[in-house]
Amino acid sequence: MVDTIVFAVAAVVILAGAVGVVLSRNPVHSALMLVMTLFGMAVLFVAQDAHFLAAVQVIVYAGAIVVLFLFVIMLLGVDTAENLSTEPLAGQRPAAGLVALASVGLLAVLAVRAVQVSTGSRSVSAPLEGEPSNIATLAEVLFTDYVFAFEVTSVLLVIAVVGAVVMARRPRPDPEGDELGVERHAEAELA
Amino acid sequence: MTVDETWYLVLSALLFTIGAAGLLVRRNPLVMFMCVELMLNAVNLTFVTFSNVLNDVSGQVVVFFVLVVAAAEVVVGLGIIVAILRRRPDATADDVSMLRG
Repeated sequence: MVDTIVFAVAAVVILAGAVGVVLSRNPVHSALMLVMTLFGMAVLFVAQDAHFLAAVQVIVYAGAIVVLFLFVIMLLGVDTAENLSTEPLAGQRPAAGLVALASVGLLAVLAVRAVQVSTGSRSVSAPLEGEPSNIATLAEVLFTDYVFAFEVTSVLLVIAVVGAVVMARRPRPDPEGDELGVERHAEAELA
Repeated sequence: MTVDETWYLVLSALLFTIGAAGLLVRRNPLVMFMCVELMLNAVNLTFVTFSNVLNDVSGQVVVFFVLVVAAAEVVVGLGIIVAILRRRPDATADDVSMLRG
């Protein structure tokens, strides 16, 4: 009973936030709606015993990624409201609505079928339930079975730092304005 | 888990679709990026749900990697957006479709 209520409330929060992201005219409002969706998602992670991921979701997504979004919005001053009433491409929105309806139907059917015939075999090596906690199990699998992927991920992060610094840097001969803050912000976000 | 897994998967399908529709409809590159985040989150929810159904922690490991890749992707993408929008403050996705200044 409690689980059902938690799920229902979290689902409403998630969907309201998602619709808000798409429909807000101001990018700042979109970013704040995104935070709402991410928090609802963290609640559902807890409801499914993924405690570590729930914490990481709040820290990384809400704490870092959305702040980065807001930082860029404020830095560039593009927080002016966009006029959504005109359609740039004729028939784009009806087409998008049609695609959305078709894909949600397809995905829902798939979801129902997938639960009926789950093909994966139940794990004997890394079960979720049992004596070691969620974090301990996750860490053990991460640093044994997936250790190569883990190391590759660290390389990816280094590449992202270098790429962000290179791209956010202003060109060398700069006739106007001081925009040094951009570089510092790109480095600080990943530090 | 007393809530049926199907409900989680249907919610995830709805969220993914909202993100995809937003990506198709919106023209502000920053908002398009947020819609991509919505889609990534929908997939994460699916992974966690199946991890729970199959009683296997591997699904959660995949979500961990998705989080890291999403962070890297946002950093690089926002770097590109900063570079573009600094030159042309009101550029939309349509204006840079040729990938030329």
